[in-house]
Amino acid sequence: MFSLGDLYKEVIIDHTKAPRNFGKLEPCSHDAEGFNPLCGDQLHVYLQIDDNNIIEDVKFEGQGCSISTASASLMTQILKGKSVANFNTMFSAFHDMATADMDDKPDEDVLGKLAVLAGVKEFPSRIKCATLCWHTVKSAIEDAGQPAKTE
Amino acid sequence: MNIDNIRNDFPILHQEVFGHPLVYLDNAATTQKPQCVIDAIRQYYEKDNSNIHRGVHSLSERATKDYEAARETIRNFFNAKSTKEVIFTRGTTESINLVASSWGGANIGKDDEILITHMEHHSNIVPWQMLCERTGAKLKVIPMNEAGELDLAAYAELLSERTKLVGIVHMSNALGTINPIADMIKQAHQVGARVLIDGAQAAAHMATDLQALDVDFYATSAHKMYGPTGVGVLIAKEELLNAMPPYQGGGDMILMVTFERTQYNELPHKFEAGTPNIAGVIGFGEALKYISNIGFSAIEKREKELLDYATKKAQSFAGLRQIGTAKDKACVLSFVLDGVHPHDLGTILDREGVAIRAGHHCAMPVMQFYKVPATARASFSIYNTEAEVDALFTALEKARDMFA
Ligand SMILES: Cc1ncc(COP(=O)(O)O)c(C=O)c1O
Repeated sequence: MFSLGDLYKEVIIDHTKAPRNFGKLEPCSHDAEGFNPLCGDQLHVYLQIDDNNIIEDVKFEGQGCSISTASASLMTQILKGKSVANFNTMFSAFHDMATADMDDKPDEDVLGKLAVLAGVKEFPSRIKCATLCWHTVKSAIEDAGQPAKTE
Repeated sequence: MNIDNIRNDFPILHQEVFGHPLVYLDNAATTQKPQCVIDAIRQYYEKDNSNIHRGVHSLSERATKDYEAARETIRNFFNAKSTKEVIFTRGTTESINLVASSWGGANIGKDDEILITHMEHHSNIVPWQMLCERTGAKLKVIPMNEAGELDLAAYAELLSERTKLVGIVHMSNALGTINPIADMIKQAHQVGARVLIDGAQAAAHMATDLQALDVDFYATSAHKMYGPTGVGVLIAKEELLNAMPPYQGGGDMILMVTFERTQYNELPHKFEAGTPNIAGVIGFGEALKYISNIGFSAIEKREKELLDYATKKAQSFAGLRQIGTAKDKACVLSFVLDGVHPHDLGTILDREGVAIRAGHHCAMPVMQFYKVPATARASFSIYNTEAEVDALFTALEKARDMFA
């Protein structure tokens, strides 16, 4: 049985208490808002993407639970300097990890330290907390002009 | 009142979650069901299942009799004037939508105002917003104070001859506040406004005498009163219902249909189009009998004891901020904890077997008022114990330590 410790790993608690890249990015080339209507999480992500489609900088702000805050914090660290194409690969890998079967191992080659969030798959009501920031960046990049939602 | 006996009436309570005894403190979302309600539904499906009001065979006659007997039980429970005023719906939400759509459509115009309170559930906000969008009427909000009590002076100011309807939640699901509806109804009637009371939360916790209160429209749900989900009631004054157009068209709500014209059925059937939730209604009736057997004086006394016990613990718990501290409140302990988001609390408590709700409780304006994204809410019922309150606070300590 998965225990609480598998979800609330030390890294996650650390990022919850001291989220990295927290705040507004001004100026930025892309931004979007995300909502999780279930629990009231609100997230705003800001990206600076250059002409070569490289994510130069990324920040986030908002209110959310530990999982959504830590996930966003970890995401911003890993996305800096990556290309939009890289983002898309990681988006899929992250999504697969969060919704995978218990026994599937996360793709650590692609995900790196994001793999600490693999525990959410055992907590169905929390999966959306972890994926909200990824959906929000996706909608920022795609310039959907509509807030990202988890449902 | 013997708590052990009551707990024994609820089979679901006797289970473990993650190796801990289940501590069910999410009663404001839905209460558990006693064996007698489960048995009534089962008996219907095992012995009497058939469609009502249309068969001449024995099963249909039995089902119709039980369905209509439940209507009388419900009338009596809320002291409505007549069973013609008791309309079965899917629940509070549908009851309010019925009124907004049917009564509102016929009676609300662009210069009219609809008043609701700041602590309404979304189901008593959105249907009125939709009506206002359709008609150009104005939606106004009765403010509340930090304790989560309505500002009655502001209410008196807001009331005018433009006010056509006042929508008030009897007891707030997000705060536990019990609103002084008797006086508020009188005031509304003085300016000629109709009043809709959302009884979803209050109905299981205190007696509601609709004739004494002179309520125009009353909505509630069975599932918050130990009955099944997906069934509830609209109780409204007969003269209002008679003057209202039907809400939905279909079977059961007609007397005579030709392609030229349809003659609608008598009350209450005019508002019950289609095959209803027959088993649900029968279960609803049984649930109300269960409550009546215990009696509201015993229920209120016991639930107050438990809330006082929990409130004392909350007050001495470091870092806990209660949301909703009205003088008159029941059964709800809504709070935020420094450093731990309510959603995380929900998950951590669940692993200790403690079921609470975390979120906005379908009352986002309440969250906005207190400037919190969400709260954690423990809500109590007749079968909860002091030991369960202790388990809640032990689990909260664990959560606090995890994020310390
Ligand atoms: C105060 C209040 N009003 C209305 C509702 C809606 O009830 P239902 O979902 O049964 O229609 C609820 C239930 O969540 C409630 O607590």
